[in-house]
Amino acid sequence: MTLTAEDWQAIRLTLALAATTTALLLALATPLAWWLARTRSPWKGPVAALVALPLVLPPTVLGFYLLILLGPVGPVGKLTQALGLGILPFTFSGLVVASVLASLPFAVQPLQQAFTALGEAPLEAAATLRAGPWDRFIHVVLPLARSGFLTAGVLSFAHTIGEFGVVLMMGGNIPGRTRVVSVQIYDHVQAFAYEQAHALSAVMLGLSFAVLLVLYGRGTPSAGR
Amino acid sequence: MDAAHLRPGADARIEACFRFAYPGFTLEVELDLPGRGVTALFGPSGSGKTSLLRALAGLDRHREGYVRVNGALWQDDVRFVPPHRRAIGYVFQESNLFAHLDVAGNLRFGWRRIPPSERRIAFEEAVELLGLAPLLTRLPARLSGGERQRVAIARALLTSPRLLLLDEPLASLDRERKAEILPYLAQVKRTLDIPMLYVSHAPEEVGRLADHLVLLEGGRVRASGPLQETLARLDLPLACDEDAAVVIEGAVVDHDATYALLTVEFEGGTLLVPHRQEPPGTKIRLQVRARDVSLALTEHADSSLLNRLPAVVQEVRALDAAHALVRLQVGPTPLLARITRRSAEALGVRPGTRLWAQIKAVAVLS
Repeated sequence: MTLTAEDWQAIRLTLALAATTTALLLALATPLAWWLARTRSPWKGPVAALVALPLVLPPTVLGFYLLILLGPVGPVGKLTQALGLGILPFTFSGLVVASVLASLPFAVQPLQQAFTALGEAPLEAAATLRAGPWDRFIHVVLPLARSGFLTAGVLSFAHTIGEFGVVLMMGGNIPGRTRVVSVQIYDHVQAFAYEQAHALSAVMLGLSFAVLLVLYGRGTPSAGR
Repeated sequence: MDAAHLRPGADARIEACFRFAYPGFTLEVELDLPGRGVTALFGPSGSGKTSLLRALAGLDRHREGYVRVNGALWQDDVRFVPPHRRAIGYVFQESNLFAHLDVAGNLRFGWRRIPPSERRIAFEEAVELLGLAPLLTRLPARLSGGERQRVAIARALLTSPRLLLLDEPLASLDRERKAEILPYLAQVKRTLDIPMLYVSHAPEEVGRLADHLVLLEGGRVRASGPLQETLARLDLPLACDEDAAVVIEGAVVDHDATYALLTVEFEGGTLLVPHRQEPPGTKIRLQVRARDVSLALTEHADSSLLNRLPAVVQEVRALDAAHALVRLQVGPTPLLARITRRSAEALGVRPGTRLWAQIKAVAVLS
């Protein structure tokens, strides 16, 4: 029961996808979650619902719409072509875009909770101690909300590793470019290569467990607050 | 915005003018306060004390506002200096310490952000003043409520503020903790020349710390003036209170060890106070309750009361069917006496009457 070169390639690709997605998500979700945590705008509800959609939508639906939108005749697809970026579906970049959207709630929601729990008080204290807005964010918000960032990062990473439907719709199954582990396992099963499927599934099980252990294995999950 | 008549040239003043409304509450105040010493913002809850303090700090931004502190303009019709650019120190009701930093980290937070040339209080000085040396490596979660407030006060002082704003810093503490912190605040007042605005609804804290008193009521300034005068004004609710008292500021001149009595001289006379020895010249604050002062037309030298002062009646006001309140002056120092209306009539107490104020009890405030 050993892994083939193709299996290893899928593992590398999955990890690269998860890492890229997580990094982008943290950058994108932080301002979004900050806004959601503090705004009194009437748009808060609709935006929060939109962010949460990937939690309930079948991944195939999300993937289908993305395929249409980003495809050669879709509005975003036309834009990316006009910008010289080409067409995103069936590329690694396309997978990243799809994964970011599919995992958005896993990053936004823990951050939003952390920012809400933080409240105004420490920020006001920092302001009266001469800290400007960025200074406050870096030296007060980041350390006080660090468990929120950890949760957001780990859940985004883990969820991206486990993504299947969106990836299949958007990325197809191109070895070395878009064939991630979950799809590779599916292929093994289709081909009755149960031993290969076993090996790769075990790797995924171990990996996912290890990632989640980072989050739940800490002595006290609230120690950062 | 009616701020034009506020004297922009006067330097050592705290001038502020605000008008804003929340649902069910309007604040409309105009303040011109001394730029030194402690000013108490006193009033019942809901009178706008905290809102006013937050507006002064710039924590809440209101369109109609004017703030000028000892020459620095912080807000007018066109300008709004954000809180982090105002030279304020702010002590919140709940200490608001940073949970992720230990005591030293909290103290250094503001201190590090002040250019060294502008620091007027050394780190060690603040630590010493608030007795924090044994706590420096502790996290806020492991401090008592009183310790937390001491850290918060030191943290605010370390920004070398031009104005220290304190929002009921003792309100969240029990009686014992309050008594533990008050001496520290008194020490800060004595040692550092930083003007303070002190929000409180506790007469004890006001009597002990304040030099100037602003009485707020329903979002408006009901009265503003020097503490001693304002406490003795019969037209204000303060004097009508069951526990109404005046504050007398004096200096220790002598101590009688045999009877453990301190002789305190104030403008207008001397008082004997049971108290431990203090070095002569020590400034001391005394509190005399209106209900502890009785009146007599002649001096009763055969009385057990130690303190008998010649006084002149300024004003008499009926409190209820049975009681009257009398404002007296001992030299220039105001005194209140709460007596029965029957006695007031029997003695013929009216403005100008000369009589003897017999004082049953004097409390030392500091």
